[in-house]
Amino acid sequence: MSSRIPLPYSQRVIELFKNPVNLGKMEDATVFAQAGSPACGDMIAFYLKIDEKNEKIVKSSFESFGCASNIATASEVTIMIQNKTLQEVWNISWKDVSKALGGLPKIKNHCGTLAVGALQRAIRRYYTTIKKEIPEWLPNEYTKDEKHAMEEEELAKKLAKKYNLSV
Amino acid sequence: MKKVDGLLEEHGRSKIEVYVDWENGNYVPKEVFEAMKPFYLEKGFANPAITHRLGWETYELYVETKEKLVQPLNISPQDFYITHGLTESNNIAIRGVAKANKKRKKIITSSVEHLSIIHSSRYMKSQGYKIEEIPVYSNGTIDLDSLQNMIDEETLLVSVQLANHEIGSIQPLREVIEIVKDKNKETLVHSDMSAAFGRMKINLNELEIDLATFDSSRVLGPKGIGGLYVKEGVHVKPLLEGQLSVETLSPGVEIMPLIAGFAKTIELEFENFDEKIKNLINLRNKLLYGLYTTIPKTLINGAEGEKRIADNVNLSFLGCEGEALTVECSMNGIYTSSGSACSSRILMPSHILTAIGRRPEEAHGSLLMKLSRLNTEEQIKYILETMPKVVSRLRKITGSIEL
Repeated sequence: MSSRIPLPYSQRVIELFKNPVNLGKMEDATVFAQAGSPACGDMIAFYLKIDEKNEKIVKSSFESFGCASNIATASEVTIMIQNKTLQEVWNISWKDVSKALGGLPKIKNHCGTLAVGALQRAIRRYYTTIKKEIPEWLPNEYTKDEKHAMEEEELAKKLAKKYNLSV
Repeated sequence: MKKVDGLLEEHGRSKIEVYVDWENGNYVPKEVFEAMKPFYLEKGFANPAITHRLGWETYELYVETKEKLVQPLNISPQDFYITHGLTESNNIAIRGVAKANKKRKKIITSSVEHLSIIHSSRYMKSQGYKIEEIPVYSNGTIDLDSLQNMIDEETLLVSVQLANHEIGSIQPLREVIEIVKDKNKETLVHSDMSAAFGRMKINLNELEIDLATFDSSRVLGPKGIGGLYVKEGVHVKPLLEGQLSVETLSPGVEIMPLIAGFAKTIELEFENFDEKIKNLINLRNKLLYGLYTTIPKTLINGAEGEKRIADNVNLSFLGCEGEALTVECSMNGIYTSSGSACSSRILMPSHILTAIGRRPEEAHGSLLMKLSRLNTEEQIKYILETMPKVVSRLRKITGSIEL
């Protein structure tokens, strides 16, 4: 048994877990990205509707297979990015997300990183595959959070291999 | 503290509350507490190893209590060593046996043991011991052929629990002992019986086992006390160094209130034993099969029928993550636990669910509800009414994410 997390979820985490905002698949999304792995029991999907003219997020939604804080984090991110430009959104850090949530338990910080990783993955995908024009502010190198998401996925694959599991 | 208060306020409190997390914690019946109280306030507080009137009095109470304690096991009190619980008992069974028997250096355990066995074995591996794990079938019972092939001249100890604490599978312990002793008479057999004791009949004398672990809090007794049965003639050494008192496997002064509570809980649990177990199995089946048949995409974890221990309900709800399940259950007043990996950064689910071949996403959606005789039909009904809503809300959040 390992669902033994010391209690300190914030009120905000519980509130968003109970009543998640912007939940569900968006059929007319401009771009979609997912991060995490079922092996980790930790997956977030974001759907972004982008106003392509001024590069603003007009609508966003999420789906989550994960713990209570994973769900709350994903929901909080969709609230934070509303009506922001993609450049503004790109600069959101997991610390900003954690702050908006009233702080995450230390062991749950990776929920924030995973959410930011998924978000940046969606933005990068928008510029590389949809707009096909990369703005100056978008680094060629993957960010820490994008890498974190990839590392988690890689680790899950490795562990699955080690324990002979299918992912 | 304020933070927790606010959180609990937001979390809310359900009108109906059902505790089905007896695996992870318990309150004691009032009778048990009453039996413990005088040992804190008026009697038996002295050290039973000291030679004065109060010491002798404590010693006498200790002997009386311990006789009561071992009654249902049909063993002599001298062969039952008081410890601080199953974790210590299991540690002594592995490391204390190794400490006292240095010639043979191989230990075999099942792959679904309690972590106190798994981690003790890993420690012995770091000390140069060979450790082998017996694989299990998908119902959680061990593969006896593999065990047969593992036992050799070098094998010091085989440790196989009687019932699994997480998925409830009952192991063929009688066969284990036969196989082991046939192949190597010198090899010792230990069994962690903490998840089986009080929920099925156990006659240690008849079993011819060398060592067995027991725990008070797993039978509604006080926490912090358990026992290790050691057959006469089997050598074991304590792991902690210190002043030994009357008890010789765990140094320090005997904690009489806990011993009294342990004895009282055993007396209570073994009263009308057959009827109690029948009722528990009835509740268990209602809950297990009720959930299984009303909620689609659900798997039963562990063995069924005679091979499942009376108090265990463990299911995987596909498309749900276990930690979220426990929080959502909690908001509905159902207190339970999960084998999800969410709290750990190793990102792997319970080793038991992995051992029975559950895929990670199946293991992550597992929920353990452990019942006790203190649960009622009404409570089971409430869980059966509530769980479909809990599961469907979480599945809605998972949405179209493919697992």
